[in-house]
Amino acid sequence: MLHELTLSGLTAKLAAKKVSSREAMQACLDRIDAVDGQVNAFMSIDRDDALGQADAADAALAKGNTHAAQPLLGVPISLKDLFCAKGQPANCSSKILGDFLSPYDGTVVRKLRDAGAVLFGRLNMDEFAMGSSTENSAFGRSNNPWDLERVPGGSSGGCAAAVAAQECFGSIGTDTGGSIRQPAALCGCVGLKPTYGRVSRYGVVAFASSLDQVGPLTKEVRDSATLLGAMSGHDPHDSTSVPTDVPDYVAELGGDLKGTKLGLPREFLIDGIDPEVRAAFDAAVKQCEALGAEIHEVSMPHTEYGVATYYIVATAEASANLARFDGIRYGDRVDGDDPFSLYCNTRGQGFGEEVKRRIILGTYVLSSGYYDAYYLRAQKARTLIKRDFEQVFETVDALITPTVPAPAFKAGEKMDDPLQMYLSDIFTISCNLAGTCGISLPCGFTSEPKLPIGLQFLGKPFGESELLQIAHAYEQATPWHTERAAL
Amino acid sequence: MADTDFDIQYVANLARIALTPDEEAKLGYQLGDILGYVKKLEELDVTGVEPMAHAVPLANVLRADEVRPSIPQEAALANAPKQANGLFIVPKIVE
Amino acid sequence: MEYETVIGLETHCQLKTKSKMFCGCANQFGAEPNTNVCPVCLGMPGVLPVPNERALQLTTLTGYLLNCEVPRFAKFDRKNYFYPDVCKDYQITQFDFPSTTTGHVDFEFGDGIERVRITRAHIEEDVGKNNHFAQHSGVDFNRAGVPLLEIVSEPDLRSADMAYEYLNALKDILIYGGISDCDMEKGMVRCDVNISVRPKGEEKLGVKVEIKNMNTFSGVRRAINYEVPRQIETLESGGTLVQETRRWDDVAGITESMRTKEHAHDYRYLPEPDIMPLKPDEAWLAEVRSHIVELPLARKQRFVSDYCIPAQDADVFVGNVPLGGFFEKAVEGAKNAKAIANWVINNLQARLIETGTTVDELKFEPVAIRELVGIIDAGTISSKGGQEVFAELFENGGSPVVIVEAKGLAQVSESGELDKWCREAIDSNPGPADDYRNGKENAINFLKGQVMKASRGKANPQVVGETLAKLLKG
Repeated sequence: MLHELTLSGLTAKLAAKKVSSREAMQACLDRIDAVDGQVNAFMSIDRDDALGQADAADAALAKGNTHAAQPLLGVPISLKDLFCAKGQPANCSSKILGDFLSPYDGTVVRKLRDAGAVLFGRLNMDEFAMGSSTENSAFGRSNNPWDLERVPGGSSGGCAAAVAAQECFGSIGTDTGGSIRQPAALCGCVGLKPTYGRVSRYGVVAFASSLDQVGPLTKEVRDSATLLGAMSGHDPHDSTSVPTDVPDYVAELGGDLKGTKLGLPREFLIDGIDPEVRAAFDAAVKQCEALGAEIHEVSMPHTEYGVATYYIVATAEASANLARFDGIRYGDRVDGDDPFSLYCNTRGQGFGEEVKRRIILGTYVLSSGYYDAYYLRAQKARTLIKRDFEQVFETVDALITPTVPAPAFKAGEKMDDPLQMYLSDIFTISCNLAGTCGISLPCGFTSEPKLPIGLQFLGKPFGESELLQIAHAYEQATPWHTERAAL
Repeated sequence: MADTDFDIQYVANLARIALTPDEEAKLGYQLGDILGYVKKLEELDVTGVEPMAHAVPLANVLRADEVRPSIPQEAALANAPKQANGLFIVPKIVE
Repeated sequence: MEYETVIGLETHCQLKTKSKMFCGCANQFGAEPNTNVCPVCLGMPGVLPVPNERALQLTTLTGYLLNCEVPRFAKFDRKNYFYPDVCKDYQITQFDFPSTTTGHVDFEFGDGIERVRITRAHIEEDVGKNNHFAQHSGVDFNRAGVPLLEIVSEPDLRSADMAYEYLNALKDILIYGGISDCDMEKGMVRCDVNISVRPKGEEKLGVKVEIKNMNTFSGVRRAINYEVPRQIETLESGGTLVQETRRWDDVAGITESMRTKEHAHDYRYLPEPDIMPLKPDEAWLAEVRSHIVELPLARKQRFVSDYCIPAQDADVFVGNVPLGGFFEKAVEGAKNAKAIANWVINNLQARLIETGTTVDELKFEPVAIRELVGIIDAGTISSKGGQEVFAELFENGGSPVVIVEAKGLAQVSESGELDKWCREAIDSNPGPADDYRNGKENAINFLKGQVMKASRGKANPQVVGETLAKLLKG
C-alpha cells in the first residue's frame, strides 16, 4: 500500500513515475479516513487544496523537475498546528485563536513549498505546545496508534501519531523541551530536534523563544535528514537563526560507528527508569558498541536541575509570548466593559488549564521581588547546564540516553499531577537549555502491551550531520524502524 | 526563595487571566507544588555565573533600514473581532 | 518655608529612519489608519523582530552628542504591560543594559550656561495610537514599532523655565545631529515630567508626581508652573502628597490625578529572547562617530569668539545651519566679518525666504559676498551700488567685480571729473554755497545731492563732500 512507504521510498517511486503525487496524497487521505477516527491526529484538512498541490507537483514532475533540485517534490507532509501559512488557520490547538487565518507564510512553510512538498492538514498538539501528552488540546486528545488508550506524547503528539499511523510521509513539529523527541519515542518514530538557530522560527507561534526549535518526525532517519535539509538555513527574518552552511545531510549518511565516541551520562541512568526501557537502552548501548562505537561514561552534574531551570525559563518567556492573545487584533474575544475585563475574560475563557498554569507561573517568576530568586537564578543554572554539554563534547562525539524514562502512559493518568508530567521530560529538556541537537529513534518495545521505546542521541551544536549518521548506523543495524502499529 | 506567599489572584491579574474559584484553588495548589520543586535551584552555587539568555552566541544581528511593503488595511483587520473605520475597536479606554 | 523644585524629564522622540524599528514598514506620519502595518508590527502570532541598524546608529550618535558613555554591551528587553495600543502586550525596550549611559547637556539659561546630567538614552519601539469615541476606542498601529529614543535626565532641573530651555536645547541637538525631525505637530516628541518639591536645603527628594505624555514644551512649562504651587500649597496646608501619575489638562490648565482602576504595575522585564545582544565594535562606533556634529551651543560660542560677531547674529547661524555654513565660507580671510554677517543675514537670508530657495540652490559662491563687502569698504561702489550688485548676484550669479564693471557701478573718486561736477554745483547754486560759507554746514548736503545727480550716483559721496568743502573754503 502506498501509505506504507517511507518518504524516501515515495520519492524514488515519484521520480521513476511509478506513482503520482496525487495518488500518494489520495492514499494519505484514504488512510486518514480509515484510521484517524481512532487516532485523532488531524484537526483539519483542506482536501481540495491538498489534491491541488499534488496535481501541481505532478505537473512539475512531468515538466522534468527533479528531486535533486526539489527533494520533497510531490511528497505529502503535515504540519503541527502552530505553523503560519497564508490563508490557513494556526490554532495551536487552542480555543483562543478562534477562526484566525494567518496573513503570511512562515519561513519553514515557504522552504518546504520551495522544496516541492505538498503541505496538508493541521496536526493536533498540546495547546501552545505546552504539554507532554497532547491531552492539553482544546480539540480533544490524540491517541497513540500502538495503544489507543494511551497518549502519543506531546506536545507534537499529532505529528508523531500521524507518522506512526502512516497518515502522512513525514510531519513537522517543534521541540521546546522534548516536544518532538518524546512523542517520537512514544509512537515509535524518528524525531529530530535541530540545534537552536538551525531552522528559522519565523512563522512558528512561539512558546519559549530561546528554546523552541522546528524539526521533522518521520518513519526513518534518512527521511528526517531529507526534511532537515529542506528546512534549514539562515533566515534574515529570524535574528536568532545562525548563518552557517547547510550540509547535504542525506549524502553524508551511510557511515558506521567505528571510532565514534559515545558518552553515557551517568546522571541520566537514574532510579525510576522503567525496567523494560532500561533493558532496551542497555541493549542499544551494546549494539552501538558492537557496531564499533566507544562508550565513555561521562558526568553531567547539573542534569537534575534541568526540569526546574526549564520550567522557569520556558514559562517566563511564554508569559510574554502569549500576552498577545488578548482578543484585540485576532482570535475569540470575550467582551468586557473595559479593556482590563476584556483581557481577563478573553484569556480566562480562551486558554486551557495547562496554558493558564504556565502563564501564571511565568508571570510570577518575573514579577517584582522574585525575578532574581527564580528567573535570574534559572538563567545562571542554564549556563551551568550548557557547560556540562561543552565539557562532555570535548571528549565524546555524542551522548546516548533513553529519550523518556517510561513508555506511553494511559490518557488521564497524569493530568492532575503536572509536576509528575514535567518530570518525565528530564532526558530531553537539557538539550533545549543547552541549545544543541538531539534525535530520538526506536530501540525496542515493551512486551505487554507492545509499546515503542525511544533511544536518544544528543549531538554537538550544528552537529546534525554526525548525529544523523550515528542514528542511521544504529537504525540500519536494528529491526525496530520497520515495525508498524497495527490499526 | 519565597513561594509560600504566592498570591494566585494577584499574579492571575497581572497575567490578565480570569480564574474561577475552582481554578484558583486548583492552580494555586499545583503551582505551590511546582514552586516547591523549583526551589531545588537554591542548592546551586551560581556565584560568578553569567546568566544565559540565548542558546547561541550571536551578536549584532541587524537589518538595513529599508522600507518593505506593508499589508493592505483589509488584511491587517481581517482577523479583528471588532473593527470600524480602519481601526481595531476596543471598549472605551479611560486614560 | 522656602521650597526647591526638583524636575526630571523623560523625553521620547521618534528617530529619523526610513523604516520601523523591527520591520520594513515605513516610518511615516499621516497615512490612513492601519496601512503602515505588517504581521510583525501588528504582533501577529509567530512573527519575529529584527532590529533596524540605522536606528541603533542614531541612538549611539545621540549618546555621543549628549556626552554619554557608549557601552560595548547592550541588549533589548521586554517590558510587559497590557494595553490595547501595545500590539504584543509587551514593548521591546532596553532595561538594564541600554545603548548609552551617563552624559550631560549644556544649555543657555538666564545669563549663564546650565548643565543637566543625562541618565541614559536608550531605544525602544513606539506603540500604536488610541482614538477615543463616545462608546469605544479604536486603535491604529501605524505608529507601532516606530523607533523611539528615550532620553532620561537626572532630576537636575529647578524650574519650569529651565525645563523649557533644556527641552529646546535637546530638540536643537537632535535636529542638528539628524537624529529626529522633532516635529511636535506630528507627535514626534513627547515627554514625561517628574516633579517634586522639598524644603530648601533638604537633601532628600520630596514625593514625586509624574505627568505623562506631554506633547508640547509650553505645555510642560505650564504644567510645572501649575504643579509646583499645588504641591507647595498641599504641604503648607498640612496635607501630604502621594506618589502618583497626573494628567495635564491643557484646556483647563490644571493637572489631575489619574483615578483609573488601579491595576498593579509590574513590568516584569525580561531579556528579549528574539533579539541577540549588541556588542558594537570599534569600526562600527568609528563610523557612528564620523557623523558627530558641532552642537548648537558650541557653534554659537565659536561664532562669537572666532568672528567677533554679536550673539544675536550667531544665534541666526545656529538656527540656520546652511546659512551659517555659507557665512563661514564667505568670511574666510575677510577683515570685516560683521559686515559679511549683515549681508548674509539682512540681504541673503531675506531673499532666500522671499524666493523660497535654499543655500544649496544659490547661483553664486560665498566668496562673492566677501568680494562685495571688500569693494564697498574700499569705496569702489556705494552701499546702494552694493544692493544692485547683490540683486544681480542673486538673480544670475557671477562675480561682484564683473557686475560692477558691466553695470558701470564703480564710484568716481578721481579728482578730474569730480572736481568739474563740484565746481558746476557751486557755480549753479550760489545761495547754498554762500550759506555754507556763512557757517551753515548743512547746506553742503544740497550741493552734494546735486553732484550725485550730475554723476548719476557714481560719485563717491565721501570724496564729493571733501572736494566741495575744499572748494568752498578755498
